[in-house]
Order: sequence, then structure tokens, then C-alpha cells
Amino acid sequence: MIVIDTGNHISALAAKMAKPHVIAAYPITPQTTIVERLAQYVENGEVNAEFIRVESEHSAMAACIGAASVGARTFTATSSHGLLLMHEMLHWAGLARLPIVMVNVNRALGPGWNIWSDLNDSMSQRDTGWIQFYASSVQEAYDNVIQAYKIAENEEVMLPAMVCYDGFILSHTSMPAEIPEQREVDEFLPEYKPAWKMDVEKPATHGNIVPPEYYIHIRYDMHLAMKKAKKVIQEVGEEFGRKFGREYGLIQDYRCDDADYVIVTMSAIAAEGRVAVDNLREKGEKVGLVNLTTFRPFPHEMLRYDKMIVIDRDISPGLGGVVYNEIRGNGSEVYGFMAGLGGMDVNYKDIERIYELAKEGKEGLYPIEVK
Amino acid sequence: MIKTALSTPTEGAMGKTGTWRVFRPVIDKEKCIKCWFCWVYCPDAAISRNEYPEVDYDYCKGCGVCANECPVKAIEMRREEK
Repeated sequence: MIVIDTGNHISALAAKMAKPHVIAAYPITPQTTIVERLAQYVENGEVNAEFIRVESEHSAMAACIGAASVGARTFTATSSHGLLLMHEMLHWAGLARLPIVMVNVNRALGPGWNIWSDLNDSMSQRDTGWIQFYASSVQEAYDNVIQAYKIAENEEVMLPAMVCYDGFILSHTSMPAEIPEQREVDEFLPEYKPAWKMDVEKPATHGNIVPPEYYIHIRYDMHLAMKKAKKVIQEVGEEFGRKFGREYGLIQDYRCDDADYVIVTMSAIAAEGRVAVDNLREKGEKVGLVNLTTFRPFPHEMLRYDKMIVIDRDISPGLGGVVYNEIRGNGSEVYGFMAGLGGMDVNYKDIERIYELAKEGKEGLYPIEVK
Repeated sequence: MIKTALSTPTEGAMGKTGTWRVFRPVIDKEKCIKCWFCWVYCPDAAISRNEYPEVDYDYCKGCGVCANECPVKAIEMRREEK
């Protein structure tokens, strides 16, 4: 069934259809309408979940951790400063290996109060052990939430997962999305069987003191799990494609086969990028586009193009674009651009312009400092 | 199995912690009145109830709580010798 609705309502619908046992969330612009819609679902009895009202995002994540520790499937959503307030608990969820799924609606950080899209909020949570998905459309936001549960709960992975998409550009824009039947989602996403849980019948302590010789194994296991997640993301993405007709994986490439230049980007900029690629191709330019579906784990081995133009909607101060710095140094010719910070519009014309600038050997913070 | 900080109750999860001991409790059976205060107060459950209280020196860390609680001063804390 095709549903036309906003990214937030569609991702709330995805969360509902994943049948979580516990939802704990605190409202923040531009995520608020997810929480509102989920509260409504719980109130109407459309989802059999416990909705825990909390006083902060830190508590929201703590509530999800508690619930997930006893084997519950959990959901939360946040944005920007809310995500940052969760930071301590994000590390906890990662090291506790709890497959919590969260939507993060990307929004810029203050001061310089700004509610528009910017990926610095989730990018700065890079090392928390969370899998990070990025959507370039409302449809992808839905599909990523459903897949995120299956990937996070895989017994070889058991890591929390964040589904990110741009504030307002996707969160508040109505777009058509194909919504499968509940039965089909249930077939794809069976009931959660936790790889570990707390159980009063089998008493255990979790989060106890761990001396260095054991701690190193916990960190290493988490590292291996994130690496294994690459394979699982590919497999789940292919299975999703067979079942629902939309295939996913670590990346989505577009017209890359004979491309001289490949534009690498993520989130809503990737949607504009596909339009730019079509326009440039019409002019005879051999250009393609890679949309990074995941930022963690990072698909280094899939980005083996000779010339890449990376567009980051984020900045690591003093260093540059985060994705650009992940890629450069791999032997390819890589041009780094930062664009769209604080929600500045980046449309297909900007991306065509960025392509031309890169061909001239330039890079930088578009449009204010490119050289 | 996922590696996270999960521990189930077990004897000596941290190894033989008795090696941490500096002072060793020694019970004088002549003085002992079998009140079992030492058994009750031992924070590590390292004293068992046999005919007389008996200290498990594999796990007794030598905190001296038993000696302090003993109403007839039947427990002496002796420095461990290397």
C-alpha cells in the first residue's frame, strides 16, 4: 500500500510495525511528531508496547537499556541536543550489546540555535558502537527502521542501531512510501530472541567491575561485531530486496559503472545527487553517485573508485568533512566538500557546481570557501 | 557468546582473593564460645560453621571484622609471613 506522509510519521509507523515491547522517548524538534504518533498508537492499542514517559533523553536511553537488558525489543527517537544528552548511555548500550533501535532526526547543534538539517549530531557519536544508517528518502527511512531491527538483533552483531535522516527535509516532508502488510513485516522480522538477557530465575550482575585483562576482550568483541555487521547488513539488505523489491546494503551506487568521477554522499543530499548525475550524464559527463547507507560500519572496501568527490553535511573542526577524512588516503584521488551545514539548501544545481569545482581541482566549504 | 560485563554468582570469580591478605585471623578454640558472631559478620562468607568456626584461607582477605566482633577476643590477627 502506498502511503503519503512525513518521514516522522512513516518512521513511527515502521517502529509500530516492528512491534517493540517498550518505547521510551522525549520530544525534541524536529523529532517530536514521531513520539506523538507512537504515543497515539500505544493509547489506541495499535501497538502492544509499554510507553515510558521520561524527563530527558538520557533517561529515555537508560529506560531502553533497562528494558533491552531483560530481553525487550525497544524503540526511541531523538535529535541533535537530545542525542548529545544521551551520549553516556549510547556508549553503555553499545558495550552492553543491546540491539536498541533509535531514529535520530539530524539537526544542527547550538549555540547558534538552529533546528535545520546537519549531520554533526550523529557523526559525533561515531565511536559509541552504534550502527548508523542514513536515509535519502522517506521510503528509505521506513525500510531502514525495519532492517535495523533485524541487523541489530542478529546474534553475530548484537549492537544498537541508529536510523538517521535530515530534519525537515525528510522529517516533515510528505512523500509516498510503499508500506508492506503487517504479515510480511512479521515474516521478515521474527520475534526477538536475545543473545543475552537478565533473568530473575538465573541471577547475574551486569556492568560489574571488569579488570583490564577482561575488558580488552569486551572492546575487541564489539569491534569484531561491528565488522561482522558489514556482512549481515549486505545479507539483510538482499533479503529485504527479495521480499519487498527494494534492495539495500552498505552503499547504493548509481550510474557508477563507467564513471570517471563518483560523488560520495549520504542522507537527503544523495537524492539531489542522483538528479545532478542524470543532468551531468546528459551533458556527456561520466559521473556516478554512491549513497552511503551506513556510516558505521564504514564500507571502506566498497569505495575503490579512482576519483571521488565527497560531500559532507558535517565538519570536524580543523580537519574537514568527516566522511572525506574516512576515505582519503586510500590511494584514490579524493576531493572533499562540506555543504549544507545548519540546513543550508544543497540542491542538484549545487551538486553540479561542486562537480565542476572538483574537476578544476578545488575543494572546501561550499559555497563560502572553495579553492 | 556475546562478550559483555555479565557475571553469574560463582565462587572466586576474581581468583583466590586470599592472596590479598596481610593479616591472618587465627581462632583460639580454647577461648571460642561458638557464638558464631564471626560467621555472621564475615563480609566474604569465608567462615563456615563446623564444630568450631573455620576460616577458608583461599578467600579470607584478612579484613579483621571477625576479630573485632568476637566477644571473647578468641581471634588473633597475625601478620602473614612471606
